[in-house]
Amino acid sequence: MTAAAQIETTFREEHGRVLAALITHFGDFTLAEDALQDALVEALTRWPLDGAPRNPGAWLTTVAKRRAIYRLRRSAIQERNAVILEADATDEQDGEEIEMDSIPDDRLKLMFTCCHPSLAMEAQVALTLHTLGGLSTQDVARAFLVPVTTMAQRLARARNKIRNAGIPYRVPPDDLLPERLDALLRVIYLIFNEGYVATSGDKLTRNDLCAEAIRLAQVLVNLMTGSAEARGLLALLLLHDSRRETRLNAAGELVLLDEQDRTRWDRAKISEGIAILDDALLLRAPGVYQVQAAISALHAEADTPEATDWPQIAMLYGTLAKMMPSSVVEVNRAVAIAMAQSPADGLALLYRIRDMEDFYPYHVARADLLRRTNQREAAADAYQRALALCGNSAEHAYLQRRFDEMNRA
Amino acid sequence: MKYMLLMYANEARVPQYTPETTPEEYQATAKAWYAFETEAKAAGVWLSFNGLTSVTDATSVQVRDGKTLITDGPFAETHEQLGGYYVLDCKDLDEALAWASKIPIAQYGTVEVRPLNKWSQQSQNP
Repeated sequence: MTAAAQIETTFREEHGRVLAALITHFGDFTLAEDALQDALVEALTRWPLDGAPRNPGAWLTTVAKRRAIYRLRRSAIQERNAVILEADATDEQDGEEIEMDSIPDDRLKLMFTCCHPSLAMEAQVALTLHTLGGLSTQDVARAFLVPVTTMAQRLARARNKIRNAGIPYRVPPDDLLPERLDALLRVIYLIFNEGYVATSGDKLTRNDLCAEAIRLAQVLVNLMTGSAEARGLLALLLLHDSRRETRLNAAGELVLLDEQDRTRWDRAKISEGIAILDDALLLRAPGVYQVQAAISALHAEADTPEATDWPQIAMLYGTLAKMMPSSVVEVNRAVAIAMAQSPADGLALLYRIRDMEDFYPYHVARADLLRRTNQREAAADAYQRALALCGNSAEHAYLQRRFDEMNRA
Repeated sequence: MKYMLLMYANEARVPQYTPETTPEEYQATAKAWYAFETEAKAAGVWLSFNGLTSVTDATSVQVRDGKTLITDGPFAETHEQLGGYYVLDCKDLDEALAWASKIPIAQYGTVEVRPLNKWSQQSQNP
């Protein structure tokens, strides 16, 4: 690894924690980010000459603090207000190293600030990746297929709003905590999904997003040990991720669960996911992520599609539908019933869901069940409808293949 | 930190006081607004409040190239209309949002929470 690559890796690893500590110290998001950037620039020039410091996180924190004070003093002089800073500046000595252990882990506060509901969802996602994940503006832009300037503006606007609108930097009080934690979990889930589902953008960046979401969920689990849903989310992400390599074939087409090569599923991730889910369930606070993780675990534990515990999965989708009424859940429940009982039962249930005309997953499920009940003409129609609604190239290829099959012979 | 809480609602849906309004209905509404005011003042966040008459009373003025253009109506036709504002001094955005959700108009309209700018933050006359 080159020195620059080494520095970048260190930087990514330490970014969230150092930044959170700086924001706590200075109470200013933008100042903290700017100072950390300064420290990185200094690292890039000094580390290759002096060698990497014994404790890179502490080094970055110390240098960034010094740079922040320099910046404050400079702007204070500009505003002819230098007096206030005299006292603050003296307690920072050159070369002083702080042990990393003595820096409080304030990443949780930072997470809640980045995922505040007064920020647009896309800004929450970008900010979380950038500040906690240490992804560069370029990387975040690439991951979401927007121009770098657009992403830079998005981040700057969000940072300004945090300061100007007085978005607090803290772990929310008990009365706000449940809804704010939901928002945080949703952002992490969205980051994962963006990496998992999106087929545009290059593969490396997308895998990065999945890995980053898992890392964020891991940090969250460590910082909020009492949250069952944080564990549920981490378990769900690991279980999904265990199948990532088998989701697309060599041609880049989507491979559905029942056709995936189960021998290539990542067993280590599956065991880890299931162990974390078991821990979550012990906390006896059920939630949507735990239920979804439980469904995912049942798939992961089955050696073949036929060996899957479909009745249990159908039941879990029923539970999920009560917790989170949604069309996707209803469609999935119908599919599980089709497997547990018969495709005809699944179809009957599917036809009971209303207002599905423009809902893509509905038509995919309908097409699939019609195909299994050998209603080829109706299945072809349904595949066609699904194709018309599909915006994803890998899924498009899969649907096209099925559609062609229905029209053959 | 000082915030302006701008209250928007579809005027057609704002409770109107007609001869048919019963004293009980009138009192229930008045009580809700009074309760908000009392609570905000007791919490020490209250700075000011003003309510507006209907947008049908509005007149818009523009000066272009030295010429004054006067037109009937609000500056923009919107689905919900500005009906008044509070200025509150809150610890942070979360506190301002909590107060906003307690304003009776939030039940049928929208409360927009905007921080005052730097100069107005420092002003003694909010």
